[in-house]
Amino acid sequence: MFDLFKIAVRNLMRYKRRTLLTVSLVTVGVVSVLVFISVSGSFKNMMIGQITDSFLGHIQIHKKGYVASIDSLPLTLNLGPNALQKIEKAIKQTPDIEAYAKRIKFGGMFSNFVETTNVRLNGVYPEDEAGTVPLLLSRVREGERTIRTGEILVPELLAKGMKVKVGDTVVVIATNRDGSVNGKQFRVGGILESATGPGGRDGYIHIDDAAEILRMDTIQISEIAIRLKNFDKLQEVFDRLKGELSKELNKQGKPAFEVHTWEKLSPFYNIARMIDVMTFFVKLMLIAIVLISIMNVMVMAVYERVREIGTIAAIGTLPGKIVAMFLIEGFSLGLFGAVVGDILGIAVISVLNVAKVSFNFGRQKGLLLSPGINPQDILLISIIVITISVLASLQPAYKASRMNPIDALRHV
Amino acid sequence: MSLIAAHDLSKTYLKGETRVEALKGLNFGVEPASFVSFVGPSGSGKTTLLNLIGCLDKPTSGILRVDDTDVSTLNTRMAAAFRGRKIGFIFQDFNLIPVLTVYENVGYPLVLVQNTPSSERKQRILALLDAVGMAELRDKYPDQISGGQKQRVAVARALVTKPKLVLADEPTANLDHKTAYMVINIMKKMKNELGTTFIFSTHDQKIVGEAEIVYTLEDGELDGR
Repeated sequence: MFDLFKIAVRNLMRYKRRTLLTVSLVTVGVVSVLVFISVSGSFKNMMIGQITDSFLGHIQIHKKGYVASIDSLPLTLNLGPNALQKIEKAIKQTPDIEAYAKRIKFGGMFSNFVETTNVRLNGVYPEDEAGTVPLLLSRVREGERTIRTGEILVPELLAKGMKVKVGDTVVVIATNRDGSVNGKQFRVGGILESATGPGGRDGYIHIDDAAEILRMDTIQISEIAIRLKNFDKLQEVFDRLKGELSKELNKQGKPAFEVHTWEKLSPFYNIARMIDVMTFFVKLMLIAIVLISIMNVMVMAVYERVREIGTIAAIGTLPGKIVAMFLIEGFSLGLFGAVVGDILGIAVISVLNVAKVSFNFGRQKGLLLSPGINPQDILLISIIVITISVLASLQPAYKASRMNPIDALRHV
Repeated sequence: MSLIAAHDLSKTYLKGETRVEALKGLNFGVEPASFVSFVGPSGSGKTTLLNLIGCLDKPTSGILRVDDTDVSTLNTRMAAAFRGRKIGFIFQDFNLIPVLTVYENVGYPLVLVQNTPSSERKQRILALLDAVGMAELRDKYPDQISGGQKQRVAVARALVTKPKLVLADEPTANLDHKTAYMVINIMKKMKNELGTTFIFSTHDQKIVGEAEIVYTLEDGELDGR
């Protein structure tokens, strides 16, 4: 086998310029794909991180039917103490969960005593919320990064429209589940920067204040947001929680709770999917580049060495070995292109990291691009390139092995 | 027993729409360890006959046995394996592999045809390079040596697998007279030392004189011995 490699490499070096051009083409393809994967992956991961860490969490649990009517924030579909106890028990039994936060979500009226508008609010336990969505408090642009009883974090667009500032007094009025209306005065504790996605423009108050406005004797939770220790275990944890909670049935004999990952709760998931589709097509383009360039070179190699093929066939080289000789040439071209491409790709990604490229996404400005590539992606791209190189050499190699030695020896 | 036995051997092929009878009912035998030449003008059928003996082609009719094997029954793969084991080739244009050194060219059939262990391989290559006087040029590439030297390397390559038979189609056609003699004498010397049968075709009457047995081909027929 070593001798076959030696001969293949020598044959490739016979036409240095052509080999160099082909390897360069493969290299450019590999570098492009690696950089695209790393940049798009960085963008995707950053956006997923922004959404899950700012307000959504990785997984959410609701009462059955809540998500379908989430736009109206129905208080009638909140979780009572018994249900909450069961869910918390399931959460505590599940490993890989870092934190969880209970929320009361409701819609109400927001008044600055001059104007009134509607508002969506989250009543939260500040410490649990900060542990579950760690970027929430970093979105506080003005005021203190905390949620105290009697204070409200007002979304910035609402604050701007209603002309309220930190320290102002406002009133929140809401209808409880029985239909009676209640109001409570709040001090504006902070102005909250908007985040992309549903819930990104909600206001925040302490859960005790939410319970007071809604006149809840016992706290009834709208949703539980969960943060995982390792995001890569999303599906595993989701399956486990879903399996555990599906045992709890409602009066209709159907599961009492519903568990969703962030993917089902945020439209950004479709953008993430689109990025994945684009990555797939970029990989297809790489395959086309490698296939055409390697096949072209190998067809030429066979055509130029017809007499040589006739000679080695005449002296007894078996057809399979002739196939192997040309496949190894294609393999070597792919291998060189992949290795050089990997090295250059990693170098370009490193330069992008050092250059600290920033971009804007929606209302979020100056997000820092931090492209990275994992070894599995590098390995996958390399395997694709090498496999396609070998496949592209298959037809020319087969043609070489099927040559009639007499005709080949006569070839001029 | 004859190394080669041909009975009523014929070969016909189509050239365009014309049917060409390249060989017409040949009967001959070649004994082991002999030095045989087929002579005749261009188109007389020398190369066709060598192609049949070398299992590169199949007869249209008749029987051709090489080392007691009816070569017309061999398929492509079996024929290649048979050539690799029993037959060495020397070509008019030397046909050395340009990317391999002299040493590697001689060793090629041992590596890729016979899978000989490396220690034995080295010993055999060096012995043959020494015998053909090319040991000192073992690291040269084909484009760094002369035509005569290339043909000596080709002789060594043909013999390295210890074949029973070496076929040489016009081995001296591209060499000057002095070099041609030298190559033929090397072939003869190897035949005497190793007991290998050499069959070569030529139209050079002076070279023909070096053969022990001469068959003359004329229009596809054997015209005498």
